[in-house]
Amino acid sequence: MKADFSKVKPYGDTLNDGAVQISFTLPVPAGDEAREAARQLALKMGLETPSVTEMADLGEGFAFFVLYGKCTHTIDYSAIKIPKRQQEFLSFKEINELIKTEFGRKVVVVAACTGSDAHTVGIDAIVNMKGYAGEYGLERYPEIEAYNLGSQVPNEDLLARAVELEADAVLVSQVVTQKNVHLENLTALVELAEAEGLRDKVLLICGGPRISHELAIELGFDAGFGPGTLPNHVASYIATELLRRKKQQNK
Amino acid sequence: MENKLELDQSKVNLARSTAGKIADHLHSWIGDYTTTTIERAAARLLNIDGVDRGGVPLANVMVEKLQREGLLDRGLISWLSRAVVAREESPQQIAEALSKEELSVSTIAECPEEKWREVADGMAGEAASKIRAVKKERERMMQKAGAPNRPLLYVIVATGNVYEDAVQAKAAALQGADIVAVIRHTGQSLLDYVPYGPTTEGYGGTYATRENFRIVRKALDEAGEETGRYIQLVNYASGLCMPEIAALGAFERLDMMLNDAMYGILFRDINMKRTFIDQSFSRMITAYAGMIINTGEDNYLTTADAYEKGYTVLASQFINEQLGLRAGLKEEQIGLGHAFEINPAMEDGLLMEIAQAQLCRELFPRSPLKYMPPTKHVTGDIFKTYLVNGMFNLVSVLTGQEIQLLGMLTEAIHTPYISDRYLSITNAQYVFSNARRFGDEIFFKDEGQIQSRAKHLLDEACRMLGEIEKIGLEAALENGYFADIKRPSKGGKGGDGVIVKHKDYYNPFNELFMNNAVTAEGGLS
Repeated sequence: MKADFSKVKPYGDTLNDGAVQISFTLPVPAGDEAREAARQLALKMGLETPSVTEMADLGEGFAFFVLYGKCTHTIDYSAIKIPKRQQEFLSFKEINELIKTEFGRKVVVVAACTGSDAHTVGIDAIVNMKGYAGEYGLERYPEIEAYNLGSQVPNEDLLARAVELEADAVLVSQVVTQKNVHLENLTALVELAEAEGLRDKVLLICGGPRISHELAIELGFDAGFGPGTLPNHVASYIATELLRRKKQQNK
Repeated sequence: MENKLELDQSKVNLARSTAGKIADHLHSWIGDYTTTTIERAAARLLNIDGVDRGGVPLANVMVEKLQREGLLDRGLISWLSRAVVAREESPQQIAEALSKEELSVSTIAECPEEKWREVADGMAGEAASKIRAVKKERERMMQKAGAPNRPLLYVIVATGNVYEDAVQAKAAALQGADIVAVIRHTGQSLLDYVPYGPTTEGYGGTYATRENFRIVRKALDEAGEETGRYIQLVNYASGLCMPEIAALGAFERLDMMLNDAMYGILFRDINMKRTFIDQSFSRMITAYAGMIINTGEDNYLTTADAYEKGYTVLASQFINEQLGLRAGLKEEQIGLGHAFEINPAMEDGLLMEIAQAQLCRELFPRSPLKYMPPTKHVTGDIFKTYLVNGMFNLVSVLTGQEIQLLGMLTEAIHTPYISDRYLSITNAQYVFSNARRFGDEIFFKDEGQIQSRAKHLLDEACRMLGEIEKIGLEAALENGYFADIKRPSKGGKGGDGVIVKHKDYYNPFNELFMNNAVTAEGGLS
């Protein structure tokens, strides 16, 4: 049995059974009516034979559900095209060598947690000397001059520092999100960079647990890095993308 | 005191006495200064509330005017009490008159010192008796409810809208939470004023305001009434307004305050001097009001590695304890923080977590230890996170932690949904109940991994404290001893709010709060 990539469905234990599990809360008191409401909602979501396996009373007129059902929708997997940053990441050593031979100067990177966000865990993992999961941070790269501006940096200050330091790349981290406020902040940065005529002079890169490369492109960034990113992924992108642009200019 | 780790008591004593010397060094100069927020806290303690037409709190209006006239170094109360004598009005009326420009600070007539001092002491005494009444009320309610099981279940709400927060706080309490913390706007720590009124917006939470404290307090009291329990309320006495928030919390019956002696310096880049001075006064208020503080050592482990730098948590706990005692806090009020942050991929990492948690328990037997959940290595895999949180809960009940901030399965995804909180509570209730007396049955192998790790941590903490004592805490912070973060001693925000006290400086609260601590406890330990 082989899946038909033009009509892909979730898999439980049998091909095309469409099995999914979901959980959610409804603002209604727990009870038989609540259970039925959850079941009907699942039907509207396109789940056949929905079954509420757990209902819990959360108090204050809220009920929580765990529900299984069979998804009726299919997806054409074969038609999906995703913009790729790059397939392979270079190593610490390769990146430094590339910068040394191709640029003959250090690459300058300015990084910050912007807006109200005070959570530096992401930017620290990428930039600080120590790095993350055994991968050195950008500060440790001999061919990269990295500046970690820390948390709660206004977009204006970040770009001002980027100009002052003649940055090649600007890294922005957004960790905390609430009602998608991180998106507004990221969009504001792109707009500001455009208004100040900086947009084409630097690589604008964002990262955070809710960031994907696709989302970043949509917001007007050059690249985005989500969960699981290591420092060399970012450094590798910066080095190869700068090189690609340099070659394009020279053409 | 149980001693499962076979700790060398002379080393424990050495760590404590070294931290004491570090704290004494800070206290050799802390008393020479006041700050703008300490003076605003004095205004708030005297019940000056409200904002002017531009939305500036009246406490700020008064402090700014006094500062402009060069009078703030005498203390707000020394001017205010003269104004009360001259105008025969309440502090609030005087603050309003100032804000409407009906009164200027320079026009207050002098009066005999005994006269204004008597007024100042009278007003301060009244404020103190209000705080004592709130404290009594808490004690009465807690006694009526009976003692809850330990560890206490602590959850956070952070909807960004206080009315939504109140609903979620109440729901969490009804589900079984013992303690609810309302997370405030992440930018608030850098505001040099306390916002006013109910607020319905904010990033990562909404503002800490007096009205918001009231709204959530009421919701939690209702939940407590319904379930026959007492639900504790937490907010943050940290950032640029530590003492003011402590004062508001004292009046509105907050039960716990996040309050760390160094957190603002390290994680919010607040001026060192300002932070050390402010933490001292804010803790005096907290101590007097019978609130518990939660210190922030867990934060070190989100930037530095939890396994390599575990000893920095201990060193900081000793320092926080000694600074807390010097501000009149009792050991039972100092909820020292630590965290379950060792990379879950590490083989036998659980043993290392047990060692650290048990060590905290044995070193600080009377502290209501605040244990923080895994966050650093948590991904969007909610199933794994739920399991890791279960291990965290197991270590907590095994080692006798007291305040358990529950881990959320959606950590690293979003601020908690109502169901996330429910699932975290059921997780903790199951583990705590299922393993209630696990700790009573367990001894650790002599010279085994757990004992060895604990000894190593204590040795390293002693070494670190020794180095800090030599160079001073300020220099240690400049050199990145904590959280791998370096802060220049003269840098940071809020340094311009530090004021050298004039020889005629007067603030009756200092003595009032500290005398109470000494008479109640028969001196500092």
